[in-house]
Amino acid sequence: MEIFLQQIINGLVQGSVYALVALGYTMVYGILGLINFAHGEVVMTGAMLALSALTALIGWGVSPLLALPVSLMLAMAGCMALGYGIERIAYRPLRHAPRLAPLITAIGVSIVLQNLAMMIWGREYHAFPQLIINRPHLIFGAIINDIQIIIVVMAIGLMAGLMVVVHRTRLGRAMRAVAENQHAAQLMGVDVNRVISITFMIGSALAAVAGLMVSANYGLAHYYMGFLLGLKAFTAAVLGGIGNLRGAMLGGLLLGLIESLGAGYIGDITGGFMGSQYQDVFAFLVLIAVLVFRPSGLLGERLAERA
Amino acid sequence: MSLLALSGIGKQFGGLHALSEVSLHIERGEIYGLIGPNGAGKTTLFNVITGLYQPNAGEFRFNGCSYQAAKPHVLAAAGIARTFQNIRLFANLTALENVMIGRHVRTQAGVFGALLRNKAVRLEERACRARAHELLRYVGIEKPSQTLAKNLSYGEQRRLEIARALATEPLLLALDEPAAGMNATETEALKALLQGIRKTGVTVLLIEHDVKLIMGLCDRVAVLDYGRKIAEGVPEQVRNNPAVIAAYLGADDE
Repeated sequence: MEIFLQQIINGLVQGSVYALVALGYTMVYGILGLINFAHGEVVMTGAMLALSALTALIGWGVSPLLALPVSLMLAMAGCMALGYGIERIAYRPLRHAPRLAPLITAIGVSIVLQNLAMMIWGREYHAFPQLIINRPHLIFGAIINDIQIIIVVMAIGLMAGLMVVVHRTRLGRAMRAVAENQHAAQLMGVDVNRVISITFMIGSALAAVAGLMVSANYGLAHYYMGFLLGLKAFTAAVLGGIGNLRGAMLGGLLLGLIESLGAGYIGDITGGFMGSQYQDVFAFLVLIAVLVFRPSGLLGERLAERA
Repeated sequence: MSLLALSGIGKQFGGLHALSEVSLHIERGEIYGLIGPNGAGKTTLFNVITGLYQPNAGEFRFNGCSYQAAKPHVLAAAGIARTFQNIRLFANLTALENVMIGRHVRTQAGVFGALLRNKAVRLEERACRARAHELLRYVGIEKPSQTLAKNLSYGEQRRLEIARALATEPLLLALDEPAAGMNATETEALKALLQGIRKTGVTVLLIEHDVKLIMGLCDRVAVLDYGRKIAEGVPEQVRNNPAVIAAYLGADDE
């Protein structure tokens, strides 16, 4: 029972991160019908920027309680600029090109960003500085620590905020209108390019937060961390129904839970033949299963509509 | 000074001349009809007027300003609104939201306003919502304003498109076959609606296949055929123009 609860907690924490990143994939897909494969690298860049800022600020003797939010803001700002730039340089010129073209530039951007990060921050793992005393809390025999609580609470807050923006504001209305019909939205006076830029920037800001969360949770950041994380978040978006915001959140949480429970029990199920190192396999089994049995995802209808 | 003045407008798609040397002037406050056989270039001309297509040649003046290669949202801001031949509502937005999107061009709140929701933004949003409710009533949509656009009847969707276009506070309202698929009663109601809209000072440009509607409603009519304007004038003149009869009305009447 403790193991089960522990895996649920781990799954929720991991799932919150997936959900934040999946939102970035799904928003861009919803509006442009494009899979932004460089999104995982934006997460990595966010983690790296936050880590550099933290290290510098701590070095100057700034108190951790101030340094943490400041570095988060810096990372978000940096990633928003990056997201804006990616769209402007790699996708906008190809807006009317065959759909394969932006997919290829997406992969190109991803490789460029990885290599840039490697040049700037090196190939080694960067340790996340110990900033706050990360107290563990015992709940029915399972452990959840402060950082994990912060991750889940922040993720929920951000997702709720995003839903309010999308469903209750002028900007959100414009985003949904552009997603439905760009031409018509333009004729209503919506500046489509601006809405698309803002969409990339919001997704990238969420990615920066997710990047900081991952590196705080594992205590590590690395130039290659965005690749696997990005793929898994993409899987989460597909699981929930890509193009659907609620789907991305649901898919992220579910994927986190599936992975975590899978890793926790695979040893027992296979009699010790396979261990938790097979954790990553679950995400991709889910991807294959969804694509085979329910390609539109759990909540999605978009994919079917557009295909 | 004319509200809309086109002179020598040309539009090519590859080797196809969809429009050549089209010149027309639409005066303030009139209802101006555009007719012609299928493929005559009516919708192409509409797309040029609303900025969806950039003309290859000619001059485009609206409300005293010259527009070269202007984007649709710029022309929307200048006061041109349109509806589509095949309805293009935002199907998964509510009726109310569809009209509120039309207000987009006349409201200000930027990203930070949207995020911070200060007092000015809230007031603007409330005014926008109130105006949208008004417009829904004006075009005669009785269903709850929270109904998704895709769940409205065909006639209601057509009228919602008009409400959405009116929300942009246009000087020129361009309607692409608004009566398509409507029965006689609905067409009569549409006619009354358009006459009412004209009385509020909005100039109306109308493409229509329903010749009776055009002749009964428009102050002036232009006829396109093979991308050229072959006639223009009051309905009575146009109806009796031999070139028009040959190109369109004659063939249609037989």
